[in-house]
Amino acid sequence: MESRNQPTTEVVLQGNEACAKAAVFAGCRFFAGYPITPSTEIIEMLSGEMQKAGGAFIQMEDEIGSACAIIGARWGGSKAMTATSGPGYTLMQEAIGFAAVTETPIVIVNVQRGGPSTGQPTLSSQQDIYQARYGSHGDYGIIVLAPSSVQEMYDFTIRAFDLAEQFRTPVILLADEVVGHMREKILIGSGNRDIRTTRRSLAVSPSEDFFRGAHTLVEGQLHDEMGRRIGHMADRSGEFIEKITRKIEDNVDMIADVKTYCMEDADVAIVAWGSVARPSMNAIKKARGIKDDRILPKFRVVRDLVKRGVKETIRTDYSHLKVGLIKINTVWPFPEAQLRQAAENVHTVIVPEMNIGKYCREIERALPDKKVISMPKCGGNIHTPKELLDKILEEEGVNE
Amino acid sequence: MNKLYEKYIKTESLPTLFCPGCGNGIIQYAAIEAFERLGIAEDVACVSGIGCSSWIPCYYKLDVMHTMHGRALAFAEGLKLARPDKKIVVFTGDGDCVAIGGNHLLHAAARNIDLTVIMVNNYIYGMTGGQKSPTTPKGSRTKTSPFGSIDEPIDACRMVTSLGASYVARWTTAHPVQLEKAIADGITHRGFSFIEVLSQCPVQAGKNVYGEKDPSKIMENYKKQTYQFRQTGQGQTSCPGLDEQGRIPIGLLHYDPEASEYLQRVEQRLHEEGVR
Repeated sequence: MESRNQPTTEVVLQGNEACAKAAVFAGCRFFAGYPITPSTEIIEMLSGEMQKAGGAFIQMEDEIGSACAIIGARWGGSKAMTATSGPGYTLMQEAIGFAAVTETPIVIVNVQRGGPSTGQPTLSSQQDIYQARYGSHGDYGIIVLAPSSVQEMYDFTIRAFDLAEQFRTPVILLADEVVGHMREKILIGSGNRDIRTTRRSLAVSPSEDFFRGAHTLVEGQLHDEMGRRIGHMADRSGEFIEKITRKIEDNVDMIADVKTYCMEDADVAIVAWGSVARPSMNAIKKARGIKDDRILPKFRVVRDLVKRGVKETIRTDYSHLKVGLIKINTVWPFPEAQLRQAAENVHTVIVPEMNIGKYCREIERALPDKKVISMPKCGGNIHTPKELLDKILEEEGVNE
Repeated sequence: MNKLYEKYIKTESLPTLFCPGCGNGIIQYAAIEAFERLGIAEDVACVSGIGCSSWIPCYYKLDVMHTMHGRALAFAEGLKLARPDKKIVVFTGDGDCVAIGGNHLLHAAARNIDLTVIMVNNYIYGMTGGQKSPTTPKGSRTKTSPFGSIDEPIDACRMVTSLGASYVARWTTAHPVQLEKAIADGITHRGFSFIEVLSQCPVQAGKNVYGEKDPSKIMENYKKQTYQFRQTGQGQTSCPGLDEQGRIPIGLLHYDPEASEYLQRVEQRLHEEGVR
């Protein structure tokens, strides 16, 4: 949904492939991973592309090793990434905490599948929203981006590397099976870019790469600016935890990416993140009478007739619904102020999610004066625009 | 203070957190002697896991990564792949390396990746207060084996040899000179170098595991409980076990300078495929 001001090429890519290509473009030169559905295309593509780009690739013995290896590589000076899904992401949690406490900039892609446990290897979900924020033990801040299209898989992967370096933190790209496996035409950058902004003032740990004579001590125990342990000192440890949380939570305005569509006159807003933003967008287009160029009108009518029956399709009138979309691209840190501002003029908010209704709790907390309706959907299917519109119809009443 | 100590140790971080009588100090010094002899202070980084022995490098004036329990080898592999021109030395313990980190040990050895691993084996989980480890001798009474350990201890040297480690040695804290030479040789050797050091933990293992709590006597016993293995010749692929008297072999147990190293194989393959 966005494009960049750089020389670009048009290509058709799968979401996972776009992520892999973006990593190389963003200057990532180390990938360690372990195959797991539905993220496998990323490791497959990078097993060749990474070395062609002059970087290093290793297939590790498990996801724990993969997450640890990328942290090791980053201290060696290579921007590094791993990609996984569900169970693999759970295995990486301890290393994510280590990266948070040592302030190591790494990118971890979680192409979500249905859980818990082995769960649903081939179907989509958004069940890891809280694991992405709070998955590792202890308190820390973290940045989580949620793409909803192949273009965003590409763009957000690049941004993930930039944010990781800027804030000296692990960044999670929280994709899902739907965006991971869909194919779309996108714009990709040519050449390379390698941003290594280190706002060292944000970091409270040693941050100099290895082999530069700095005698860097990377310490998993809470530590001072020299890396020396302070875990046995309550006051200083408390300050440390506050610092590594605040460097992210206090800079939401620099991180937040909240987009709005048709919100100017909206009474009802759909608040969506990740792939669910797509049917939400289509629902809004339908209600607003905006033509979707990507689907031929005739084909769309036939498809609707087949799927929902003649009567329903013809009779349902959504044209009176003033619906808008608030799309949250940076799910963590929670963009509370940005959301509040975007939802200022609506009285009702619908929150569709492919989980039992988790992120909705945050939205309820941020919008205490609005009617917030959760629309959970578990099992692997994504919401249809019709489901969303019917829910709004329930709230707003039919056109008399 | 000793000159080498001044050069390599962050004196402001002293005293170390090691208990009186611990073997870690001997190993800490042997390693810096090796670094000094090789003149690699600018080109070496240390990685360690969790446990008493993993604190050894944290006092070094070098680039050091003190990582997660069991995962030092995975971090080290990432670091090595990012900087193939540098020397990476891993400090780990028997629990860290063989129990929780066992999977990484298997695969790092099988890759024969150019790392030098110093596994400090004190037969016990010392930091948590004296629980059974994978190398605890059978029958030992520890905090988690009150009726005597029933598990056969794992011989890490034989395990890594069988998988493809190309330099395998074992020494004890009673052999500091030989240990220093082994660490230097391990760093020089291009391949997976595994050096096990039998080291005393008089506080947590002492009487119940070694049958002796006096550190100097435990070290004396190391000399009695071991025999020096002499390599029979090139092409030897196995690693010796206990002798007829039940003594532990020490010395260079396995050495294969011809074994192909992981990064070399990667480079060769990329070259052959025309990628580089």
